[in-house]
Amino acid sequence: MMTASAPASSLNLSLARFQDDFARTLLATDDAVPATMAALVAQPAFAVYRNTVLKGCIDALQANYPAVNRLVGDEWLRAAASLYARDQLPTQPMLLQYGASFAEFLERFEPAAELPYLPGVARLDRCWTEAHAAVDEPILNASTAAQLAAGNFFRARLQPHPAARWVWFADAPIYTIWARNRGNKPMDTELEWRAEGALLTRPRDAVQWIALNQAGCALLDACAAGATVADATRSALDIDTNADLAGLLTTLLDAGAFSSRQPCGDNLTEEQK
Amino acid sequence: MTNLLTAGLGLKSEHYDAALACTAAGSWFEVHPENYMVAGGPRLAWLEAIRNRHPISLHGVALSLAADAAPDAAHLQRLTELARRIEPALISEHLAWSTWRGAYHSDLLPFPRTTAALVRIADNVARTQDALQRRIAIENPSHYLKLDGHEWDEIEFLQELAQRTGCGLLLDVNNVYVSAHNMGYAAADYIDAFPGDPVMEIHLAGHATDPQLGDALLVDSHDAPVAPEVWALYERLIKRIGAKPTLIERDDKLPAFDVLDAERARAATMLQKPLAEAA
Repeated sequence: MMTASAPASSLNLSLARFQDDFARTLLATDDAVPATMAALVAQPAFAVYRNTVLKGCIDALQANYPAVNRLVGDEWLRAAASLYARDQLPTQPMLLQYGASFAEFLERFEPAAELPYLPGVARLDRCWTEAHAAVDEPILNASTAAQLAAGNFFRARLQPHPAARWVWFADAPIYTIWARNRGNKPMDTELEWRAEGALLTRPRDAVQWIALNQAGCALLDACAAGATVADATRSALDIDTNADLAGLLTTLLDAGAFSSRQPCGDNLTEEQK
Repeated sequence: MTNLLTAGLGLKSEHYDAALACTAAGSWFEVHPENYMVAGGPRLAWLEAIRNRHPISLHGVALSLAADAAPDAAHLQRLTELARRIEPALISEHLAWSTWRGAYHSDLLPFPRTTAALVRIADNVARTQDALQRRIAIENPSHYLKLDGHEWDEIEFLQELAQRTGCGLLLDVNNVYVSAHNMGYAAADYIDAFPGDPVMEIHLAGHATDPQLGDALLVDSHDAPVAPEVWALYERLIKRIGAKPTLIERDDKLPAFDVLDAERARAATMLQKPLAEAA
């Protein structure tokens, strides 16, 4: 039960109240410090806690968004990360997962307005983290798919692998910008301004990435929604009537985009009965 | 199993290959479990590969045992699952809080050591040990602030916590040195008063002076070699309480694996001495 007048020191506070006030003070400006914390904030050592809490968040964002960091530099990234962290502390302690909404934050972030590709690059950094930490599952390889093809491949429902992430960017060559800044690829070659898609997979122990066209992204979207291969390829053709479906499926299988789990769909099972 | 552990090293991803290849007798590695709470992928695979060759200790930073709330059920579940998978030789946590009302503060935060806090923390430790089905060790934190309202001396608080819950203790000698300097007491007195029986593990690490305040404030930075004063306190401690699993912690400004391993070897050599004396 809170009384109208707060005590002037942390003495006699319940543990919960102490923690409410201490936590608020960690991120508060000096004029917003609760009276109960005044004696603590007056000690220069309080800054150690403030700095450590914020540094943990900033370090995590810097580690989780390396392509964004390479594009904007340490100082810019850490300043942006500091604002993001003050607005939303981690909700759980696995800091590898921290910053899920950093791309959306960058979309609204005034100083990033001149870098319209930055949120997209952040989205692909996030895709990398998700692919890296996704559950282990064998991939559907080309030979298993070939066996399926001998049966009724087009009625199968291929499931995207848990580590597979794909994004289509209609406005900018985000994949090229990201890939150049994620790996050690040279950045000085000319950049062709065009729409691009990306596919990230983790077929073995490391995350890999390739460019993917819009038809490929549509095909994976359809598979993820539970469509049969027939329907998924139709979705791809809706995007591009000239899509090379055989080539596309080979590319996706080679990249490890599908899970080997339950590769046969309901229709196929029905027919086999 | 813990009796077989001698001196170990905090494990960083940069050192995976060297750690995997390490053949020093009795060596072991400690990790923060929060870094391995993933559904799958290379991180877990690395940890399992190292676990196949060396004992692993899980040193948690986020159970927030000193929060006035039960440990987050989902987090405790993740820790339990990781422990089932890794079968660690040791599991430890801190006498501190970090998660509070759904927000994670990436630090080990202080609190007034009241009897009410003791009751709450004992309950949290008991819940954790029940979930894990094993004894955990609780670490003495570093102190920077002069807090009002302590009803208990830290050592007595830890001793009572161990008595009430059956938990063990993790004595971080560097934290003692840093806290004694910052709070103005004698580190040797603290070391001499610390109960030996509940100690399941000892930590050694480096510290730094605060960039703003200089010598007035030491920070438990884990970014430097173990200081000579901390080695001396360690020697004093194990002479009295005997050999205990000892870890070299290093989290920042990481040197080559060999440099850290030399610190580990130094602790291992020092541990031989009380063993020989006891024999």
